[in-house]
Amino acid sequence: MQHFYFDHNATTPVAPEVLETMVSCLGQVYGNASSIHHFGQAAKQKLEAARRQVAALIHASPTEVVFTSGGTEADNLAVFGVVRASGRSQAHVIVSAIEHPAVLASAAQLEREGAAVTHLPVGPNGTVDPEQVRRALRPETVLISVMHANNELGVVEPIAEIARIAHEAGVTMHSDGVQAAGKIAIDVDSLGVDLYSMSGHKLYAPKGVGALYVRKGTKLAPTAFGGHHERDRRPGTENVPGIVALGAACELAGSTLAAESERLAGLRDRFESSVLGRISGTGVNGGRANRTPNTSNVYFDGVDGEAMVIALDLRGFAVSTGSACSSGAITPSHVLTALGLSADRARSSLRFSLGRSTTAEQVDALVDALEASVAHLRRISVHA
Amino acid sequence: MPDAAPIAVAMSGGVDSSTVAALLVRQGHKIVGMTMQLWNQRRLPELVPENAGHGRCCSLDDVYDARRVAEQVGIPYYVVNFEQQFEEQVVKPFVAEYLAGRTPVPCTLCNNYIKFDRFLEMADAVGAHFIATGHYARVRYDEASGRYQLLRARDNSKDQTYFLFGLTQKQLARTLFPLGEMVKPEVRELAREMDLAVAEKDDSQEICFVPNGDYAAFLNAYLKDKGVEPQSTRGEIVTIDGRTLGEHQGIHHFTVGQRKGLGIAAREPLYVISTDPRTQRVVVGGNDDLLCSRFFARQVNWISIAGVDAPVRAQVKIRNKHAAAPATLHPAGDPGSVEVVFDEPQRAVTPGQGAVFCDGDLVLGGGWIG
Repeated sequence: MQHFYFDHNATTPVAPEVLETMVSCLGQVYGNASSIHHFGQAAKQKLEAARRQVAALIHASPTEVVFTSGGTEADNLAVFGVVRASGRSQAHVIVSAIEHPAVLASAAQLEREGAAVTHLPVGPNGTVDPEQVRRALRPETVLISVMHANNELGVVEPIAEIARIAHEAGVTMHSDGVQAAGKIAIDVDSLGVDLYSMSGHKLYAPKGVGALYVRKGTKLAPTAFGGHHERDRRPGTENVPGIVALGAACELAGSTLAAESERLAGLRDRFESSVLGRISGTGVNGGRANRTPNTSNVYFDGVDGEAMVIALDLRGFAVSTGSACSSGAITPSHVLTALGLSADRARSSLRFSLGRSTTAEQVDALVDALEASVAHLRRISVHA
Repeated sequence: MPDAAPIAVAMSGGVDSSTVAALLVRQGHKIVGMTMQLWNQRRLPELVPENAGHGRCCSLDDVYDARRVAEQVGIPYYVVNFEQQFEEQVVKPFVAEYLAGRTPVPCTLCNNYIKFDRFLEMADAVGAHFIATGHYARVRYDEASGRYQLLRARDNSKDQTYFLFGLTQKQLARTLFPLGEMVKPEVRELAREMDLAVAEKDDSQEICFVPNGDYAAFLNAYLKDKGVEPQSTRGEIVTIDGRTLGEHQGIHHFTVGQRKGLGIAAREPLYVISTDPRTQRVVVGGNDDLLCSRFFARQVNWISIAGVDAPVRAQVKIRNKHAAAPATLHPAGDPGSVEVVFDEPQRAVTPGQGAVFCDGDLVLGGGWIG
């Protein structure tokens, strides 16, 4: 049976060009980038070239890019790093209610350590109202963290406006850009962010590598301790092959972004209009206007999402009920309930995330499978 | 639906259900393996011993084992989460029954509402008509009566029909028990022969969500987790003729027939005869006081026969390890009840337990001891 992949927000396959670059680096460039000799220098060159490639994708200066083990570590470093650098024992942090667990759980840990955390609600379209951010500010606020694009909905948040409010109050602004990088154009200056997280495996690089953009002048305390790597921000011998792959993936994403966005948005719209036209009791969750081009979150009333994921997998279609990290959880998605969806509707929702390998034929086949599966599931739930 | 409808196998990660999955694959069936996640063992951490490992349901080790077997025999495999239903329909009634001074059988509720209901629904959802489990029991269709019959397993020591008396005709019609004709050593041998990673794994014991069989500790931890201050059920220990012998720490610590843990010195061995949630008294007496020759079974489910409208002879089992005793089933007015009259009085007829009626290997039906 053929299997089609509609879960690119969970992870992406490594792009062939990226794989080639990485394997050649892995085989040949084995020096420690901190070593003085020829071998170390070769690794250092690769490392810095990759740093330039990553910086270019987000219009940053290479010296502002810190490599990490992935998006979760980047988020943790941003959240803990800012709060600890603030020196306040009673710091206040503002996050949106629909952040990834990498931010939400970090904030929860800060709360246990004595910090105060405000969770900003989102409207029915999934966006944070910047005015709410202004109202949530306190004299002791040190950090605002709002994701650039949401992993379950694809909704793009008004980061530039929120960052402006943050800076007026002298507060540091972090944005988790894991689901935005490679999907939409990013300029850290026009966004106005001080910190911006990225993950390799969401943009066709391998797992185990990511980056945190740290604007020059941002106070950030380290969260791990060791050598003087990454300008004392993140110790540990650099994962040069992974970093080289991330660089190559960023360059590839940058050069194909405009055309690929348009292609994916076309496929997504084709998918949504077919689903909504052919299957009753369906609708798109969250606002449709300002989204990443590859993500569609749809509810199918009266259908159990968990059962649907299995039924579709057995037909050869890989989709998910939400973020991969929370699948198997009994509680409905915190993102969908934050939109105001009932627990039932949240449990009947599926996330479809398209990618480079997705074709119109695959989309059409997916819609056929959805139509049959939904009809089957609704038929049996009538009898149950 | 995909080609031929698959069979959904409930895989616990143990040797029995793993062998079922492997056997059905070997017989050429299309299989989907699923593990039901029913209870989060980390939820009540004070109950979990440091070296917790095999033999308890839903531990990560068990899911690991089930997944490994699925991979080995090459079938699609999924973990389905029924924790919410399990808590509502099995754990909460279990707790309520204990607090009411009864001795519940959660495995029967789990079979009725989870394994042969929610799981069957999930099987439906993924296009499977039949489900298969590793239970030791047999099902057959009887042309004459037009009923699906439940029969005791060939392996008498492993027979699990006591926990299956609540199954409906609809459920039995779609259920396969591939181990019903096998004895446990044969199952292990088959597992070894098929080189299953779990072939030497210990059998699971006791009630899956109650570590070490310590019900009282589970009750306390669960109520604490729910933020409920357990209502004190402390009271007196009295004899049948009303003499007070001492005090106890709560009726949920006692079950009918229990001898240990009374904390009373007496010349003759003392046993719990009954518990009374109203007066919170535990009544104790000698072994003979435990004998009982008749009781009512409620919420009776008929399986191999449609019901009784005249007295019927049967062998009746009043707890899992009880050797079925000859009795007569008398219709008791409403169709959901029967009066069971034993030929010889039986020891410790315990409220909350199931009573299962058999005719030889045939399971006629069963109900709850009122």
